Amino acid sequence: MVKNQQKVLALNGDEAVAFAVKQSDVDVVAAYPITPQTIIVERFSEYVADGEVKTEFVCTESEHSALTACLAAAVAGARTFTASASAGLALMHEILYVTSGCRAPVVMAIANRALSAPINIHCDHSDSMVERDCGWIQIYAENSQEAYDSTIQAFKIAENRDLLLPVMVCFDGFFLSHTLENVNVLPDEVVQKFVGIRQFPLVLNHRGKKAHFKLDPNNPLTMGPLDLYDYYFEHKRQQEEAMQEAPQIIRRVHDEYAEISKRRYGNGFIDPYYLEDADIAVVSMGSTTGTVRAVVDQLRGKGVKAGLLRLRTFRPLPVTDIVRALENVKAVAVLDRSNSFGGYGGAVFHEVRHVLYDAKSHPYVVNYVYGLGGRDMPPDIIQGIFADLQEILKTKRVKGYVQFAGVRE
Amino acid sequence: MSQEQKGWKEIPIAGVCWKPSTEYPTGDWKTFKPVRDPKKCTKCLLCPIICPDAAIKWIKTTEEIEFDYNFCKGCGICANECPTQAIKMVREGEA
Repeated sequence: MVKNQQKVLALNGDEAVAFAVKQSDVDVVAAYPITPQTIIVERFSEYVADGEVKTEFVCTESEHSALTACLAAAVAGARTFTASASAGLALMHEILYVTSGCRAPVVMAIANRALSAPINIHCDHSDSMVERDCGWIQIYAENSQEAYDSTIQAFKIAENRDLLLPVMVCFDGFFLSHTLENVNVLPDEVVQKFVGIRQFPLVLNHRGKKAHFKLDPNNPLTMGPLDLYDYYFEHKRQQEEAMQEAPQIIRRVHDEYAEISKRRYGNGFIDPYYLEDADIAVVSMGSTTGTVRAVVDQLRGKGVKAGLLRLRTFRPLPVTDIVRALENVKAVAVLDRSNSFGGYGGAVFHEVRHVLYDAKSHPYVVNYVYGLGGRDMPPDIIQGIFADLQEILKTKRVKGYVQFAGVRE
Repeated sequence: MSQEQKGWKEIPIAGVCWKPSTEYPTGDWKTFKPVRDPKKCTKCLLCPIICPDAAIKWIKTTEEIEFDYNFCKGCGICANECPTQAIKMVREGEA
C-alpha cells in the first residue's frame, strides 16, 4: 500500500540526500560547501529559503565550525545534519571525536573525495577511511537510492536513546553525487513518522539526580569536561560498548524501513551476491559494486563460481557476517578505494583478512587498491581480478598480496 | 582522587558529571603552596577574587582569609598579584 505512494524523482546523489534530510524533520543544519558535497547544502538552503522546512540553517566559516555547531545543537536536543568531503572532513577530524565522545547523534553525509596533494576533486575513500576509528557509525551506499534510504535510517539509528552515536552516510563523489538516477521517495509524512521525535535517556546529574541527557538551562548538566587517567578509559569503553550494541539497532531500523519502503540492502551490514557456492569472490564498497555485480553475472553465465560481498556497514564492522559469508570461499580479492601508505594494503583488506584469521577455513585473501582520485574501475579490470583469483586456485601461489589495479606502470 | 572509583557500567555516558566538582579534590597537583603572612596582609580581598580555582575564601565570622588546599593547584597568581607581598609560595612539605 505504502509502496504505491512512493514517487520516482530524477535526482543525483546529493539531491537525494538533501531530499531525505528535508523529509526527516531536521532542526539544525550547519555546513560549509565543498565539492562534491556542495549540492546537498545548496538544495537544502533552497528548502529553507522557500519555507519548505523549519530548520535553522547555519552558514559557518569552516567545516571545523560546522561540525562544532551541529555538536552543540545535538547535545541541546536538536536533530542535526551536516555534509562534507575530503579536506572538509579532514578539518573536522578533531570534532569528530568530540561528537562521538559527547554521544551527540549528528548525521553527516560524505560525498567521498580524494585528499590533497595533488589536489583532486574526484572520488576515492581516503577521506572517510581515515576517520574509521573516530567513533562514528559508517554506512557506505552503493547508489543514490541507497544514499537517500540510508540518510533517513541514519537519524533513527543515531538518535536511538540506547545508542546515541553519530552516523556518516558515505557515497561516492561524482559517480553518485553528480549522476542522475531514478530515486523512489517516500511521502513526507511516512518519513516523518518513521524518524519520529527525538527521545532522551535519563542520566545522573551532578546533584546525583536523574536528568534528561541534553543541555537545558532549566536542568543544568555538565558533559565532556576534564577526564583524566581515572575515568577517560571508562568513557571510551562505553563508546566501544555502544558500537557493540549498534548492530541490533541498525538491523531493526533497516528491517522497519524495509517494511515501509520494500527496499533492503542485504541484512543492513553486508550485501552478498552469489556467495553460497562461490569459489572466488570480490569484496567491495560503494558504487564500484554495481560493476562487480555485472562481472559476476558474466562469469556465472560462463559457469565460473564467482561471487561478491558488498560491505554496507564498515563501522561497526560486521565481523560474524563477514566470516560466515567468506569462510567457504577459496580465494577472495578485497577492493580498497584508499591506500594506507606503508601499511600492508588498504583498510578494508586489513579488516577482512584479520577477521578471517579465526575462520574454520582460510581462503586466500588478496588486495587491490583501485580508483584513487576518481580513476575509473571498468569491467575488464574486475575481470582481470577474478582471473587472478582463478590463477591462485590453479597454481596455489599468490604473486602479490597487495596490488594496484588500474595504475599505469 | 583516592576515592573509590566506579566501573564503566556504573557511570553516566559522555562524561556527564554525576557529582559536583567540589567532590573531586585537585589540591594534590601542586608543588608549591601559598602561605600568607598575617602581618603584611591588609585584607584587601584581591586574592579571593583572582584565584582561578575559588580556593581562597574570606571567612566572615573570623574576618580571616583561608586557603582551601584541597583545591589550590599552586599556580601562584595570588602571590604574584598581592599588593603587599603578603603571600609566599612554599614548596610542599617545607612549611
